[in-house]
Amino acid sequence: MFEGLSEKFQNVFSGMRKKGKLDESDIKVANREIKLALLEADVNFKVVKSFTKSVSERAKGEEVLKSLTPGQQYIKVVNEEMVKMLGGEDQKLEISKDKLNIFMMIGLQGAGKTTTAAKIANLLRKEASLSPLLVAADVYRPAAIEQLKILGKELNIPVYFDDASQNPVEIAKKAKEIATEKGHDLVIIDTAGRLQIDETLMQELSDIDQSIQPTEKLLVVDGMTGQESVNVSKTFDDKLGITGVVLTKLDGDTRGGAALSVAYTTQKPIVFIGTGEKLSDIESFYPDRMASRILGMGDVLSLIDKAQNMVDEEEARRMEEKIRNASFDLNDFLDQLHQLQKMGSISSLLEMMPGVNKKALAGLDMAATEKQMKRTEAIIFSMTPEEREKPDIINGSRRKRIANGSGTSVADVNRLLKGFEQSRKMMKQMGNMGKRKRGRMKLPFM
Amino acid sequence: MASVFKKMRDRVSSTTKKFTEKINHLLYYKELDEDFFEELEENLILSDISVNTAEMIVEELQDGIKAKKIKTTESVIEELQNIMIQMVDIPEAPIHFPAISLIVGVNGVGKTTTIAKLAQKYKDEGKKVMLAAADTFRAAAVEQLETWASRIGVDIVTSRPGADPASVVFDAIHSAQAKNADVLICDTAGRLHNKVNLMNELNKLNRICEREKGEYNIHNVLVVDATTGQNALMQAKTFNDAVPLSGIIMTKLDGTAKGGVIIPILNELKIPIEYVGLGEKAEDLVTFNAKDFVEVLYQATEEINS
Repeated sequence: MFEGLSEKFQNVFSGMRKKGKLDESDIKVANREIKLALLEADVNFKVVKSFTKSVSERAKGEEVLKSLTPGQQYIKVVNEEMVKMLGGEDQKLEISKDKLNIFMMIGLQGAGKTTTAAKIANLLRKEASLSPLLVAADVYRPAAIEQLKILGKELNIPVYFDDASQNPVEIAKKAKEIATEKGHDLVIIDTAGRLQIDETLMQELSDIDQSIQPTEKLLVVDGMTGQESVNVSKTFDDKLGITGVVLTKLDGDTRGGAALSVAYTTQKPIVFIGTGEKLSDIESFYPDRMASRILGMGDVLSLIDKAQNMVDEEEARRMEEKIRNASFDLNDFLDQLHQLQKMGSISSLLEMMPGVNKKALAGLDMAATEKQMKRTEAIIFSMTPEEREKPDIINGSRRKRIANGSGTSVADVNRLLKGFEQSRKMMKQMGNMGKRKRGRMKLPFM
Repeated sequence: MASVFKKMRDRVSSTTKKFTEKINHLLYYKELDEDFFEELEENLILSDISVNTAEMIVEELQDGIKAKKIKTTESVIEELQNIMIQMVDIPEAPIHFPAISLIVGVNGVGKTTTIAKLAQKYKDEGKKVMLAAADTFRAAAVEQLETWASRIGVDIVTSRPGADPASVVFDAIHSAQAKNADVLICDTAGRLHNKVNLMNELNKLNRICEREKGEYNIHNVLVVDATTGQNALMQAKTFNDAVPLSGIIMTKLDGTAKGGVIIPILNELKIPIEYVGLGEKAEDLVTFNAKDFVEVLYQATEEINS
């Protein structure tokens, strides 16, 4: 279902790309698709309305209409507005080395508070050199204290608990004292999960808040949450004044629209995301990446980042030259292969590309494709430098030798040479095109 | 049972009422034009019912209105409810004792708590209940189930953390058979449905149940969190592929979440909802009734008459 919508969404944009200019009816159609895509991604309906409104307003301005490529400009507006709503610049926690940092983890049942508490303690011990103390203040759920104790033991982080106490406020107070005594500079309090409409339990959180004055009150939200994310985050924020949000379970296939709903509703930063069951599976939140995920456009920005870091500019220029005068040889072919390999597995690259249908991808045997690349590499490695520069000289006996050397068959070598010859022809044509249009050659997938 | 559900929902139905009021407003002051249907669709979506399903419902409603020449607001509401009831009204597939039940679902939906409630319920019905702590992954999951077992007073088969869940289930089945238990409820580790290895593990657990069951019936249940959005549909599909499901339990309906995602799940998979969870106590597990669910979700009829 997601795929269908994301395709539809992209169709609207590709339609725009073909046209020279955008008119208002285009914007209306596009906005309807955005609205649907966002709703399918579980962004709250009210947030969707507000979002599409601001996009329309911006898009109707000259910015889009007068730009040369309206479609691209439009995507940019959508993306920028979403990044803005998600909190703009990359967001971080405020941590002080001089005073006691006290974090309080709050949220609904099953959001992942206990695991997240342990993950944050572990992360900040490593990255901020803090000395954490975990505090088990969930006195309601059976074995919740035990759970935190086990996680603490696994990470070698001390856990304060009091099996005898039924009073989370007292536990929190005592923990703060002990942290000061023992020289900890980070206290993370794991509280019981509760419904935001449970007055008694919400009051209990306020009491903890009053008595120990946490420096951060982090709302833990399940990344798969639907329309409800607004009600939940609004009430927790109204009653406690949260300082940040942690979004969990994003290693699932949810589109994660809750991120937008919560950020918009509370105007508080999303500080971390949970991305797996291991205690190291916690990451910083990047609004730009989340925007791409919610929009279902693939992690375009990450892809571009990745490609930019890996592809040497000089190298690219040299390649362009070669393609122009058709002196592209097997050495260059090998170089390109290596560039591709440096960027990671093909499947992970493809997953980041917008418009790639993940279901179709599942049908392809990516491992086999990557194996094929290895084989190609082996064949080229078995050629002499001369053969690599002038593939035309590779005759029957050379083919046999190359096949033996690379542990492949003559048929495999033939296939590679034929494929290479075809792509050289294609590149020659592209090179000619390039001369006329004076555009810079790019890697085929960019 | 229905009244418990209705009472509970009344407590938290402020958002629901808004929807009802909106429909009434729409019906009284507007023509049944495109705007009306669009707004109706949007309101349906707000309950997590999904865009596709909302479109489907609205289309059917439009057809129904035309075909039946519906004029009054009451009959529009009735038609709307009937369409939705039809979507969620799946024939019951009650548990047949003796039974083995794998309880599955993603992380944090409330599997362990639900198992405790089920155990209490079956025990109250006079059944001999046994639990199996096959979540050997999450820290203290075994201890959590043990605590419940001793509170309720039922037998439990456990193993050390990190053990192969398959061996726990295997042992538990043989223990249940030896002790003549009426029902064996197996807790499994929460897992995201896109983790292929973990889903394969679940499939293996089911194969062991099938192989070792003897005269027992398999009755696997998926637990879904009512606050979950559209992802719940993918969850239900994928889990059903890994372990054939006999029923679904939706938890956390005591909050303000409306659990509208149930409708596309039921409509597509035709797996009945057995119970809904309305709180932390054992008696808060109530039987699902399609008519009540739809009616409570959109208590439209009463409102429109008043």
